[in-house]
Amino acid sequence: MSAAATRADVAPILQVEGLRTWFPVRAGVLQRPAAWVRAVDDVSFEIESGRTLALVGESGCGKTTVGRSLLRLVEPQAGRVVFEGQDLLALPRAALRPLRRRLQIVFQDPMASLDPRMRVRDLVAEGMQVHGIGADETERTERVAQLLARVQIDARHMARYAHEFSGGQRQRICIARALAVEPRLLVCDEATSALDVSIQSQVLNLLRDLQQELGLTYLFITHDLGVVRYLADRVAVMYLGQIVEQGETEELFRAPQHPYTQALLAAVPSLDPARRSAAAVVRGDVPSPAAPPPGCRFHTRCPRVFDRCRVEPPAAFATPTGESRCFLSDPTEPRARQERAS
Amino acid sequence: MSERVLEAEGLVVTFPGDAGRTAVVDHVDLAIDAGEALALVGESGCGKSMTALSLLRLVPKPGRIEAGHIEIAGQDVLALPIPALRSLRGRGAAMIFQEPMTSLNPVLTVGAQVVEAIRLHERVGAGEARRRAANLFARVGIPDPDARIDAYPHQLSGGMKQRAMIAIALAARPKLLIADEPTTALDVTIQAQILDLLRDLRHDSGMALLLITHDLGIVNEVADRVAVMYAGQLVETGSRELVLGAARHPYTQGLLRSIPALAPRGARLTEIPGSVPSAGAWPSGCRFHPRCPRAFEPCPRIDPGWTELRAGQRARCHAVANEEAS
Amino acid sequence: MPLHVWVNGAVALFALGAAVVAWRLRQSALWREAGRELWHRRPLALAFVALYGAVALCDAISWTDAEGTGVRAPRSLLERAFPADFHEASYSAPLASVEFYGGQPLHHPGAHWLGTDILGRDVLLQALRGARVALLVGGLTSLIAIPLALLFGVAAGYRGGWLDDVVLFLISVLFAMPGLLLLIALIMALGRGPVQVCVALGVTGWVSFARLARGETLKLRELDYVQAARALGVSELRIVVRHVVPNLMHLVVITFVLMFSGLVLTEAVLAWLGLGIDGSWGQMIDRARDELSRDPIIWWNLAAASAALFGLILAVNLVGDAVRDILDPRTLRERT
Repeated sequence: MSAAATRADVAPILQVEGLRTWFPVRAGVLQRPAAWVRAVDDVSFEIESGRTLALVGESGCGKTTVGRSLLRLVEPQAGRVVFEGQDLLALPRAALRPLRRRLQIVFQDPMASLDPRMRVRDLVAEGMQVHGIGADETERTERVAQLLARVQIDARHMARYAHEFSGGQRQRICIARALAVEPRLLVCDEATSALDVSIQSQVLNLLRDLQQELGLTYLFITHDLGVVRYLADRVAVMYLGQIVEQGETEELFRAPQHPYTQALLAAVPSLDPARRSAAAVVRGDVPSPAAPPPGCRFHTRCPRVFDRCRVEPPAAFATPTGESRCFLSDPTEPRARQERAS
Repeated sequence: MSERVLEAEGLVVTFPGDAGRTAVVDHVDLAIDAGEALALVGESGCGKSMTALSLLRLVPKPGRIEAGHIEIAGQDVLALPIPALRSLRGRGAAMIFQEPMTSLNPVLTVGAQVVEAIRLHERVGAGEARRRAANLFARVGIPDPDARIDAYPHQLSGGMKQRAMIAIALAARPKLLIADEPTTALDVTIQAQILDLLRDLRHDSGMALLLITHDLGIVNEVADRVAVMYAGQLVETGSRELVLGAARHPYTQGLLRSIPALAPRGARLTEIPGSVPSAGAWPSGCRFHPRCPRAFEPCPRIDPGWTELRAGQRARCHAVANEEAS
Repeated sequence: MPLHVWVNGAVALFALGAAVVAWRLRQSALWREAGRELWHRRPLALAFVALYGAVALCDAISWTDAEGTGVRAPRSLLERAFPADFHEASYSAPLASVEFYGGQPLHHPGAHWLGTDILGRDVLLQALRGARVALLVGGLTSLIAIPLALLFGVAAGYRGGWLDDVVLFLISVLFAMPGLLLLIALIMALGRGPVQVCVALGVTGWVSFARLARGETLKLRELDYVQAARALGVSELRIVVRHVVPNLMHLVVITFVLMFSGLVLTEAVLAWLGLGIDGSWGQMIDRARDELSRDPIIWWNLAAASAALFGLILAVNLVGDAVRDILDPRTLRERT
């Protein structure tokens, strides 16, 4: 009882409200924006300290842009990103620097994430140099050694270059680099997607251990639902720039409410040798984010579409542990009652 | 009695390295009957793609097929003269690749590329070829096929491009389709569509399928039989149910245990320690021994032979051999 | 102070700079490995280039003899390898003992391996001295052009926006002008000395590399490791200096080596127009216009200069191709 009460009292470490990041498509002599790619279109979620939120979706859904928008590696047009009580989007860029320590990111491609011309020691120490962590270079080298040991890289190899390590090791070096500045929240942008299965398990175990040891909060961006089920406390499913469903992981996997979530879960190949999946549920291709369909964005591919979906964009209706942007979750929608009855 | 579409024995492919030539494919045997689907599974660097390329003699220089016997639809591939080989490619066996983006010529319409494939193998007029191309497009599930014939690859989505690739591969009605990671670059909902398509095509035409992948989920969905590869060698083969449900080789077991989808929430995933050795630096004896939880005395010294298990399953492991002996 | 002292000083400074750069590069395993690979692939061409370099260096250091002894004008180390008063009255054939026209006996019969030119100067010595001019043209000009190109190209590629527009406009304007005419105009304006010619070449030559640097910077800017540095809080300037520019260095080396031969050849064309640097091979070749029309033909001037020019360009190009292959990031091999 007291554990639940204390958690409810503490505000979430990250609260995102109405995030919009649009990219202009320029055309014409004067290069005016002719259209906008609505990569992130009104996204809201929150993460509690020490927990993991998985942001799931297929390519083009905007999940990577969300991660980069939080760190202002791309500049959002609108919205609030409240991190530890401060709205990051309202700050001038110069004031961001000290906050950079608290929010770090690990990228997908272990080859491209590390400067090929720098030695590993310098790569990991760079953040420390910028933020003045450690009294001098000797102390920083000492800390680099500790960090590398923690991610299970032999510290004696710190004078080597990045390309001398395997993909899994490089990813662990990226984690060490992020940890060097002592962050509170780590955005993992498809951090294990480029790794082989046996290497992926090493990195996932490491991330899990670090979370327990250091109380880190994770925003885990991925398309791999297997990893989500294993690692995440809550899940947010994205489609064409919007979150279509959010909820506790167990509940979402057990009883997905949104047809897209249902299609996504049905499409994942089953690993149970006794059971094979039925035929694919959803047809067609993802529409372009520059010209999303009117009404509900998923309506062009939805197996349960009806008239209202084509004209009216659904609001986010409450579900047992979260919300779903679908009229079938609307308690006042007669169709929903019909579907539930049948 | 099904005819045997592919029979490969003792396949060896070598590449030059720092210390002479090393075998990246080391004595691999494969056999597929008509209508059957065999999945060749392994992680990156295990040699599975090179195995697939060698079946149609597509190994890039400086690689070489050093040894082995390959028979596709009854023809001895390694002995064929070039014109006959070209005829076999597309008609006996066809191949589709991972990246539809680079596998299609960006300056030709997709229709033109399918027509080219059709007319390479049969004497048909341009009009007839175009009609057949439209039929193929419809068969692979491309909507509005007559219009899409004249589309350029960049106008199609990833899933559509892969379907176009499959149409090109099917143009000469091959007996065997070799698919090298065909869905790795695609989203999971599109992947499900493509896997459905491959399933349907096999049922309709009795075409055999050799599927190269690292994803055990896809293996379960599509394959009848499985062959697991590690460091250039096959380590376990058998039916899908047995290899995935009752794996005997420690590497296969390790792979299955590392998959997060199969693990209970919050528990530690079983890791396979270390990393895949690179070609030329194969460990002595059993190549998996430095990472194997069951390695014992003979493993670093002797390369294990095959141990036959029940119902056609076999594994290459001293520990398994011991178990079976007792 | 007399000119030769300034020149000696400049050479010393340059040698010091080169030593520092070499020492820094030795510390980087990547460059060491590249150097070793280069030596392995093209030892002959490299040695050839080094030979030209040594000859040029010998000709760059000069000093006067003490008052009252020997010649008044400063003589370089290279010149001192030859006898002090080595010239004749006029043309003589290689290894001849008499003059070409007239048959007068020579001061140094049989000593002129490649004959003498119209002023009686030894052709071999002239050809060797041309190396200094060639390396000056190639080296000094690149030293001007490449930093200019990097400055404009990286700034434009990294900042984008109006800066990019301005730089692109500048590049397009310079490209639109006929290069040779621009060069001629600049030399007329700046003067005819060697440094002025190099400056003119540098100012007109930075453009193509700037474009390349800009394109590469645009690509690098989007790479994950640059994003990661930003996420760490590294300042933009520091990102450019520590992450972008070092990853352009391979292009710098390739461009330098390949630009080199182009510049030497351009100088030869300028010499033909009468605007070259004194003592260059281009000038020697230019004189051939006159000499080839004589009867009997005087060929040794042209032959010596052409052979020397050809040798250097060929060696530099061979080295350049090898450098390009080695430094291509795609061929960076994995080491375990």
